[in-house]
Amino acid sequence: MIFGLDHKMNIKKNIAMSENGFIFNPATGDSFSANRMASFILAALRSGKSEAEIKTDIIENYEVNPEQVNRDWDDYVIQLRAANLLEA
Amino acid sequence: MVIAITGLNANDNPGPGVAVARALKQALGHDLRIVALCYEALEPGIYMPDLIDVAYLIPYPGAGIADLKERIQYIHQRENINIVIPNFDSELYNFIKITPWLQDLGINALLPSHKQLAERDKENLADFGKKYGFVIPSDHKIHTLADLDKAIEELCFPLVIKGKFYEAEICYTRDTALKAFHHFNARWGLPVIAQQFIKGTEINIAGLGDGKGNAISIIPMRKLYITDKGKAWAGVTIEGAELLELARRFVAATKWPGGFELEVMRDADGKLFILEINPRFPAWVYLTAGAGQNQPAALVKMIMGEEITPFGDYAVGKMFVRYSWDELVDLADFQQFSAFGQLSLDKVIV
Repeated sequence: MIFGLDHKMNIKKNIAMSENGFIFNPATGDSFSANRMASFILAALRSGKSEAEIKTDIIENYEVNPEQVNRDWDDYVIQLRAANLLEA
Repeated sequence: MVIAITGLNANDNPGPGVAVARALKQALGHDLRIVALCYEALEPGIYMPDLIDVAYLIPYPGAGIADLKERIQYIHQRENINIVIPNFDSELYNFIKITPWLQDLGINALLPSHKQLAERDKENLADFGKKYGFVIPSDHKIHTLADLDKAIEELCFPLVIKGKFYEAEICYTRDTALKAFHHFNARWGLPVIAQQFIKGTEINIAGLGDGKGNAISIIPMRKLYITDKGKAWAGVTIEGAELLELARRFVAATKWPGGFELEVMRDADGKLFILEINPRFPAWVYLTAGAGQNQPAALVKMIMGEEITPFGDYAVGKMFVRYSWDELVDLADFQQFSAFGQLSLDKVIV
């Protein structure tokens, strides 16, 4: 396995996401604008895909190596947690 | 129907009057006549012909009850008022005092009692919390500089210095706390309040109680843009069962009649602190109409004796964005109101 442990992450069920990357947390009133890749990952997480599946999709579709994906993924998850968008 | 309202000062520290008028006009249409009761000739609501039908000057609360009664009697003879909705904290004591007299005239209102008003006052908020089981930040009543120093010692910096009726400032040093103390003392009188600073997300809840312990409407709002006076310039309705429950508990515990606003801080652990309880609608109350629960209109229906079923759902994610607007006023209208204390908006030509 390229990515080690396959963590399961769930986006909070009440989070509203639009196709153009706008995210609204109705519990806090916070809103965010996600770029294309961030939106892609959020949609994939919401559809139930695992971390490994999403990372594999990214590597297959973009010119990026697994190490870079892992580093960026960790940063992204920190941001999602800080933004209060993930289930505890 | 003729409804008299106050709080037409739609400035950078706005009263709720213009928002209340807008919500009422939207719900009750053109059969409604709005009588604006104003304290100063430059309250913007006086010059808004789409919302206000006629405006009258009334005496400041400090002038006392006799002057207020005399003026309202004069206005009532001309306008035949059905309902009055006071929108300022500082005038409520007098309006509550004259409620029986107003009823004798045929003017109805739904206001808290003096006891209910006093219990949620900033001065008594800590005791209120203990009595009803709400979490309230620690506070000190400040009458002297010695009181201020004691509060600084116990609450530490930062702390919040608050005026008796309005305004608050977060202070990080003794100098700024001292300045705020003198400022609020001069503006609103003693005591000035020093309150523990709670770091977190500020949430405001607009509510309407029926006076029997039932919450007719509850709308929580998160401030998105805050002015240097701490006022919401933009906000969005949010969901939160715990916020609705907090407001329901407040209404059930106090049997609050009429509009109110809870100013709440949610800390990082999700704990809800009540920072203030305002005994009237907030300036952003038109958002309640936008979210599907027109609180001013529901208040009027209650006052008119209609059986009101508590609202259920509301639109989460409904925003308001306040803006400034230069209302053009003919000098003759300003002169008319300044000199004679009344102005029919039918005559306002923009």
